[in-house]
Amino acid sequence: MSTILSVRDLSVTFDVRKPGSWPWTAPNKLHAVSQMSFDLEAGQCLGVVGESGSGKSTLARAIVGTVPSSNGVIDFEGHDLAAMNPAQRRVHRRDVQMIFQDPLAALNPRMTVGEIIAEPLVTHEPGTSKAERKKRVQELMEKVGLLPNLINRYPHEFSGGQCQRIGIARALIMKPKLLICDEPVSALDVSVQAQVVNLLMELQRDMGLSMIFIAHDLSVVKHISDQIIVMYLGRQMEMAAAETLTTRPEHPYSQALISSVPIPDPALEKARVRPILEGELPSPLAPPSGCVFRTRCPKLQASCAAALPVFEDVGGGHFVACPFHAAEDVLAATA
Amino acid sequence: MSLLEIDNMRVTFTTADGDVNAVNGVSFGIDAGETLAIVGESGSGKSQTAFAAMGLLAKNGRATGTARFDGTDLLTMSQTQINRIRSKEIAMIFQDPMTSLNPYIRISEQMAEVLMLHNGLSKTDAIAESVKMLDAVKIPDARNRIRSFPHEFSGGMRQRIMIAMSLLCQPRLLIADEPTTALDVTVQAQIMQLLGEIRDDFGTAIILITHDLGVVAGFCDRTLVLYGGQIMEDGPTQALFDNPSHPYTRGLLKAVPRLDRAEAELLTIAGEPPDMSRLPQGCPFSPRCAQVQNTCPSLRPELQAFGSERRRACLLPVEEVA
Amino acid sequence: MFPNKATVEALEDAAHMAEVQGRSLWGDARERFFKNRAAVVSLVVLICIAAFGFLGEFVAQWERDFVDFSLMGANATQGVPSFETGHYFGTDASGRDLFARVVQGTRISLMVGVVGALVAVVVGTLYGATAGYFGGRIDGIMMRTVDVLMSIPFMFVLILMLVIFGRSLFMLFLGIGLISWLDMARIARGQTLTIKNKEFVEVAFATGVHPLKIILRHIVPNLLGIVIVYATLLVPSMIIFESFISFLGLGVQEPNTSLGALISEGNKNVGNGTPWQLAFPLFFFVITIFAFFFVGDGLRDALDPKDR
Repeated sequence: MSTILSVRDLSVTFDVRKPGSWPWTAPNKLHAVSQMSFDLEAGQCLGVVGESGSGKSTLARAIVGTVPSSNGVIDFEGHDLAAMNPAQRRVHRRDVQMIFQDPLAALNPRMTVGEIIAEPLVTHEPGTSKAERKKRVQELMEKVGLLPNLINRYPHEFSGGQCQRIGIARALIMKPKLLICDEPVSALDVSVQAQVVNLLMELQRDMGLSMIFIAHDLSVVKHISDQIIVMYLGRQMEMAAAETLTTRPEHPYSQALISSVPIPDPALEKARVRPILEGELPSPLAPPSGCVFRTRCPKLQASCAAALPVFEDVGGGHFVACPFHAAEDVLAATA
Repeated sequence: MSLLEIDNMRVTFTTADGDVNAVNGVSFGIDAGETLAIVGESGSGKSQTAFAAMGLLAKNGRATGTARFDGTDLLTMSQTQINRIRSKEIAMIFQDPMTSLNPYIRISEQMAEVLMLHNGLSKTDAIAESVKMLDAVKIPDARNRIRSFPHEFSGGMRQRIMIAMSLLCQPRLLIADEPTTALDVTVQAQIMQLLGEIRDDFGTAIILITHDLGVVAGFCDRTLVLYGGQIMEDGPTQALFDNPSHPYTRGLLKAVPRLDRAEAELLTIAGEPPDMSRLPQGCPFSPRCAQVQNTCPSLRPELQAFGSERRRACLLPVEEVA
Repeated sequence: MFPNKATVEALEDAAHMAEVQGRSLWGDARERFFKNRAAVVSLVVLICIAAFGFLGEFVAQWERDFVDFSLMGANATQGVPSFETGHYFGTDASGRDLFARVVQGTRISLMVGVVGALVAVVVGTLYGATAGYFGGRIDGIMMRTVDVLMSIPFMFVLILMLVIFGRSLFMLFLGIGLISWLDMARIARGQTLTIKNKEFVEVAFATGVHPLKIILRHIVPNLLGIVIVYATLLVPSMIIFESFISFLGLGVQEPNTSLGALISEGNKNVGNGTPWQLAFPLFFFVITIFAFFFVGDGLRDALDPKDR
């Protein structure tokens, strides 16, 4: 297995100006993503979970390149995407595609479905004939479960689930190597979510896609991913194989997150004892010193404020950023 | 007698493209201190049922049937009467707390106003009472923070404030419409725990409207499954989750991945959520049902009692639902 | 879970169906527009007025610059509107056929309005969309330029231009064109800022679509609704603007004329017993402006149904 994407020390900061400040005063820095490092093997799916404000969407956008990274390396098949200028990068865009959360908002309301799906093709292979283009669009529509005769329809004539399928078709027409899904099912109805999840898994298998799957719904992420990264306030807390992470999480934040996830099983729910995480996410403009999770951590020690915990391997490719980590099964019912 | 008894409620919206039947003959009741979940997808009519009972329908909507609260019909009440009930007896919290908080007025003023109007308290007393209530929903440093404006709080905190406000007059029924949908799981867990404590401490009956089966499982005594504006299934939560008697409920339970299990593939419900202006004559779920019979699209199944305190609307015998 | 037979059959049927033509947002808007009676009537009126302005010459019995010396001094009695003399609208103070002159005046006023609006649509939209899309420093420089231009008292500059460079139709068009796009640029920029944050623009960027194409393919079509509405409302204000200049005697020069110039002239002679000299141009002026406003209103309702 080969590594398709290798991210090292990736940071994304935004300048935030206080309203009414002078143009020459230095803006505050918002650290949306800080020092992320991970690898994605070809054909695998990497899940990223975290609460809103954890920087998971910014991470996706930095890899896709709609948000500039301020530091670090995004090595995609041996090319550092982060170091490229816009023109060089445009060439590589066909290999990395993205699917968005709000399916309707991601489609231009003035274009037909055919035009929308064909846009990457028109952009990267302008020489393709009209007939060829139409053939490829219709083939793909069939593949994602849309009737090909709807090619001249407009997005507002479709339901949310169908719009998401259109978005998937557009992302796949260039046969990309990496597909980044940013909350692709959270805006959909429960009964439609499963359809889209199954479609993505099937396409991943058939086309040998590598995926980064971002969502706040841990159950869905676990279902689709091979590896999972848990993010908090722009930093990696834990990274492990999906099964390991959900059954034996080591980091106190992962444990709290997993124990908060409700499970549709009344007996189990009543029996579960969940340590409820108190408080709220600190402001990313002024993150806590040392470990960013320390303000809400149940295992807080005096040393946590002093230094950033090392993101270290605790065995078997299970990385944790907590010196006081201890595996715990938070799913099981404890009487 | 039930606290709230809804009988054969129908809600119709008049739109430019014709009438849309959002709720088609829904009947259920909730007892004092009970927690009832109304589960459904978009277009199931779960919110509109509650809105209709509360007299909060949009202008183009009208409701028929009855909604008896303590024996008096809410649907035939005058606006003044229902306003009184709405603030003192039944409270409602929404998905987006900002829709019901005025962004230009301090929390203290908004909360005190309710108490001054309905309980005739003086302003000092009203604010003291409000602080007590904010403490109860665990707003840290409530004494000082009550002077803040709504936007100075995070989403989870705002939802707590909404809950505090809705509890000021000690209502007997709390209707929570997707209260945690916009929140993160950790915050959701906090809010659900809070609602549980409120139920236990004040004996408030709660109707939880949601699409999330997980939240229902841990919280509600009874669950009502709606689809296409009709009740598909109704029963004690445990029994309903253990033995769903309707293909829709069964499909819904199998379509969500569970964190504690490893499914190879999710079983899906084919098709899309229903178009409410073009429902089939018979069972609304029939176009998507995996076990559809020849008669299903034309014959509407009656909601029938079976087992212990359960009801279902399906032509297929219980044993054959797979 | 197996899809049942009926669904499979339905799917197969559907797959063989011919391609379905979708209903675009434009189509929806067109339908809504044609349901609006006032707007449709106004549109018909506008078409009639345009036909009058561009085809009326063929109906006129007299040349617009032919002076009927026999009518000199007897305008009030001999120059009355009449079918017999062929002066349908009567004659003006110099004994010229008013029908032919109103035809030309309507044409020039419409042209002024349309040219002004066209410049606004093309220049203003592209300028605003570019500024809004690129944002940051480019946006700052471009929009501050607009602010500076807007702060110049244009009426004054236009009058100066017309005095210095001579009063010609070209100067008038140039002057109006220079002013009209500024507001449009601001509107277009504001709209672009909201559209730019929509995900479909981000998708296009992530796909690697060239920025210029993003502006032309994704931003401008979504701006167009509001731009068209504003443009239809801009036409009458341009006509009013030109009329004002002409009323001052600085606009269109003899032997050409515009509605504003005709109204000005009719106004001067209204005491001489020739009310038709004011009435006919004024009638066309008012009708045109009303029709444009109603059409603009209808378009706004049609293109932006949420606002109703």
